[in-house]
Amino acid sequence: MQQIINFIIKYKYFLFFLLLEIIAVSLTLQSHSYHKSKFVNSANYITGGIHKRINSFKEYTRLKVFNEQLLEENIQLKNILSQQTKDSTVQSIQFVDTIKYSQKFSYTPAKVINNQYHKKYNFLTIDKGSKAGLQPDQGVVNSRGVIGITNTVSKNYATVLSIINGNSKINVKLKNSFHFGTLEWNGNDYNILQLVDLQITANIKNGDTITTGGKSTIFPEGVPVGTVLNFYRENNVYQSINVKLFNDMSAIGPVNIITNFDKQEIITLEETISNE
Amino acid sequence: MNDVIKYIILFIALILIQVIVLNNVLFWGYINPLLYILFIVIYPLKRDRGLFLFLSFLLGLCIDFFVDSGGTNAAATLFIGYIRLPLLKGLLRKSEIDFPVFKIIKLPFLRLLSFIAILTFSHHFIIFSLEYFKFNAIVTIFSRTFLTSFFTIILLIFSLLIMDKGN
Repeated sequence: MQQIINFIIKYKYFLFFLLLEIIAVSLTLQSHSYHKSKFVNSANYITGGIHKRINSFKEYTRLKVFNEQLLEENIQLKNILSQQTKDSTVQSIQFVDTIKYSQKFSYTPAKVINNQYHKKYNFLTIDKGSKAGLQPDQGVVNSRGVIGITNTVSKNYATVLSIINGNSKINVKLKNSFHFGTLEWNGNDYNILQLVDLQITANIKNGDTITTGGKSTIFPEGVPVGTVLNFYRENNVYQSINVKLFNDMSAIGPVNIITNFDKQEIITLEETISNE
Repeated sequence: MNDVIKYIILFIALILIQVIVLNNVLFWGYINPLLYILFIVIYPLKRDRGLFLFLSFLLGLCIDFFVDSGGTNAAATLFIGYIRLPLLKGLLRKSEIDFPVFKIIKLPFLRLLSFIAILTFSHHFIIFSLEYFKFNAIVTIFSRTFLTSFFTIILLIFSLLIMDKGN
């Protein structure tokens, strides 16, 4: 017993160091696996508040870019609207029965207050939280495409697992066919992502547009992602496909968070299948 | 008492400088100097190291909270906090250091530089290896360690000079 106490006294600093180091390393490893970075995250009152203050200053320097993005989005929406009026003149006007009418997605606006793009596991912080109805696992997009998926949510802030995070996997498809694959990031260039698991029959070309696949409950189908930059095929499989994003991940301002109203229903349905 | 307040202010100021200024400065798009380890360099040497070890852990963890990096900064900062005393003893080739009168800034420049360089390299190396955590990313880990350390060391030397002038 005496020897043990002597040992502890002799090496008390080393043991203390070891204890804290184990805590730190386990926190790190926890954050590497998807959805476990529960404790250390920037969606809390202090860090979120400071990021918000920094952003309110930085915002002014980027107003021009954000204005252009909003203008772009306006034009997209106006084009869709003008198509619809053309159709309604041909057909008779129909009433929508509000009981049968079901909205599938709704969008919540938010601002990115902290943006990372120089690491391997990148996160964004946004200025909306559970007060605005946010939950983990919701899609985040802007007018130019996919940004990421909400990760941890506090009262007023939320962190977003960016698509340029080593853990991010997003179901995508080709715009002109139904072939789908998974979008990942290898950690090199923050505007170039990798498309994996695409079947060889897809027969892609450089410049093909990639959109979200709609096979998950997070993103609706057809949200733009990017274009095929280059690819390399060997032994009749695609070895690597690089996708250039429409977004510039280093300059993200206003974003929308997608709520899927059918999500719970789909998840419960899928659970009953896996239980059988 | 004066000293305690001074180091509390330094602790908070370094976190704020790191988060507000330096994390928004990215040289060549991805080099992010980590000045906050200045705290480890200039915190006074004491015989009782328990508080210092805890402070270095806390400093790293505070940075982790801001940048969503789990515990990488905490692990790295704690490590250089632990090796600081043995490293100084090795560099000065002394088995004992006269704690109350010892001052980091009074070291000869080359020794000071090598002391800072070793601390910075080991700190950054731990951060990037924990971040990438793959053996085949070793080239990326080393290149990022060297590039980032270069900028951090320059900033550390400058801030030490400024603090010395101020006193």
